Amino acid sequence: MHNYGIDLLVRNHAGVMSQITGLFSRRNFNLEGIICGPVGKGDESRMILTVADDSKLEQIVLQLEKLYDVIEVKRVEDSPLTEVLAQL
Amino acid sequence: MEISGAELVIRLLERQGIEFICGIPGGSNLPIYDVLRDSSIKHILARHEQGAGFMSQGMARTTGKAAVCMATSGPGVTNLLTAIADASLDSIPIVAITGQVSASLIGTDAFQEVDTYGLSIPITKHNFLVQSAKDLLTVIPEAFRLAESGRPGPVVVDIPKNVQKEMVEFESYPEIGIKQPLPMCNEKYLEKAVAMISGARRPVIYAGGGIIAAGATDDLIRFAHKNSIPVVTTLMGLGAYPHGDPHYLGMLGMHGERATNMIMEEADLLIALGVRFDDRAVGKSCEFCKHADILHIDIDRSEIGKIKPSNFSIVGDVGHALKAFADRVEPSIRIGWSARVSSLRMLHPEILPDKEDFFHPMNLLRVTSESLSEQSIITTDVGQHQMWVAKGYPFKKPRTLLTSGGLGTMGFGLPNAIGAALANPDRRVVCVSGDGSILMNIQELATLAEHHLNVKVLIMNNNRLGLVRQQQAMFFEERYFASTFDSSPDFVAIAKGFGVPAFDLSEEENPSLFLRKLLGQDGPCVINIPIDFDNKVLPMVPPECANREMIGG
Ligand SMILES: Cc1ncc(C[n+]2csc(CCOP(=O)(O)OP(=O)(O)O)c2C)c(N)n1
Ligand SMILES: [Mg+2]
Repeated sequence: MHNYGIDLLVRNHAGVMSQITGLFSRRNFNLEGIICGPVGKGDESRMILTVADDSKLEQIVLQLEKLYDVIEVKRVEDSPLTEVLAQL
Repeated sequence: MEISGAELVIRLLERQGIEFICGIPGGSNLPIYDVLRDSSIKHILARHEQGAGFMSQGMARTTGKAAVCMATSGPGVTNLLTAIADASLDSIPIVAITGQVSASLIGTDAFQEVDTYGLSIPITKHNFLVQSAKDLLTVIPEAFRLAESGRPGPVVVDIPKNVQKEMVEFESYPEIGIKQPLPMCNEKYLEKAVAMISGARRPVIYAGGGIIAAGATDDLIRFAHKNSIPVVTTLMGLGAYPHGDPHYLGMLGMHGERATNMIMEEADLLIALGVRFDDRAVGKSCEFCKHADILHIDIDRSEIGKIKPSNFSIVGDVGHALKAFADRVEPSIRIGWSARVSSLRMLHPEILPDKEDFFHPMNLLRVTSESLSEQSIITTDVGQHQMWVAKGYPFKKPRTLLTSGGLGTMGFGLPNAIGAALANPDRRVVCVSGDGSILMNIQELATLAEHHLNVKVLIMNNNRLGLVRQQQAMFFEERYFASTFDSSPDFVAIAKGFGVPAFDLSEEENPSLFLRKLLGQDGPCVINIPIDFDNKVLPMVPPECANREMIGG
């Protein structure tokens, strides 16, 4: 199975995870995997998401870019998270 | 200086230039209300938080500026949610300030605790849960900046009670939050778009609410005139282009005129401006304007290609694009296309009711429009009456129609009319409602009576959930169910009970004269108008069908 990765830099606060996952559920996008942790001085977090289906990927990225808490969105081809997920 | 979080909220709102706050107090926002009491801001006490939310929408929709509503935690917030969701789908800038239980109680199922933050995520542009009074210095201005900038939308600021009571020390007030300049369109792209327009033989302009948000009406008119391009608008775009203009084809889509949808079928270029290809407008999207190239211009990048791929798109201020188009396109009369458009319009004329049938809603709306000015504001509820307004009322100016386009919320009309009247005291406001919808926020008649505003409520009374019944008639073989009221309230008595003058038009000897007279008077009134329950809004595109498959008309 091929997974498409999205690498996010977000503001780090209590609600940010719901902002991201809320977007996926509201728009009926399928979120396969997620890993997240604070970076830098802790006021930012990095999140790596994987989605299985690329038909909506473009729209997912555009919607993520609109979120206030999202600082940066990058698409990654071979997400290292795929391996982590395979071991679950 | 040192003040409480509650006082800071109100001082920041005053500095923001807020004149009115619509809301209802309760345990979790009382510290804010205690400061509001002595503020220059006028508080409008709604009778239901949904009413408060819609009143703030009425201000925002008519002025384009963010307006404020307030509610307490728990039920206050849940009551407000519908109005917030409505603002979100129609891109209306409101700032909702909600009380929350104290931080130490959050998560304990405390009295009147709900997860406002979680509930509001999917229906806001952004939302904040304020952690400390100091944060208000950034959050409040930021809420206004966000609500008004780019594609506008609602912002929720949830403030726990302890934050309202916390004392905060600061040097000076922050800058107020203002609308950011809209991103300009790329020059090269504009050139290419102009070339596309010039090369097209059968272009159609498809204009939406984005034109109104961008204040781009004048350049739209200039562009359409100069290059002789027919214009259709969405429901949200009504008023962006003047009714009666020879290039204007009215609203497209599910309840558009037959000729309008047919002309779009023949287009070779669709110039989509500030629109989002909503299903009520485009019908079955893969069939929509099948033979046309699409040029899509919008402020929101995620709308490009969301529903329908475009041949060329520009992300940026549609006002900037329209100015460039109006300046740069060559004058043209497009003789062949204009003739084809005219002949399609002649072949499929709008079917109008007999003029003698005074109680037909289309005739009632004609009389209403004749009694008002171009600047008068019309609000609607949701149902057949809303579609008759969209089809039959000659809107000529932007921000004169307030209607729930995206969410289609019954109960929208009355509180929006109140908000519009508060923000525009010199203009007349008419709420065209239905006997079903008016009941969904009828308590706001008390607010209307209290402020004695220039709002006339016309209840198109078919004793039915008319649009539901119409769908049962057309798509469910007349199996009517749950669309007729067995008991019909006496709206005249109810309105009088609220202290609002009220009349029944069917009891008047000369209803036309009487209606004109009432509409010309100052102050509020409610007019019950019995109409035939068998009237239908036609033509109609069956849901999920292509626009060319419209029935009737
Ligand atoms: C809050 C809400 N509930 C249900 C609906 C579904 N609905 C759409 S139109 C309609 C009937 C509205 O009746 P009325 O206000 O009398 O208008 P009419 O169609 O009779 O003109 C209903 C129930 C809705 N749009 N909004
Ligand atoms: Mg009705």
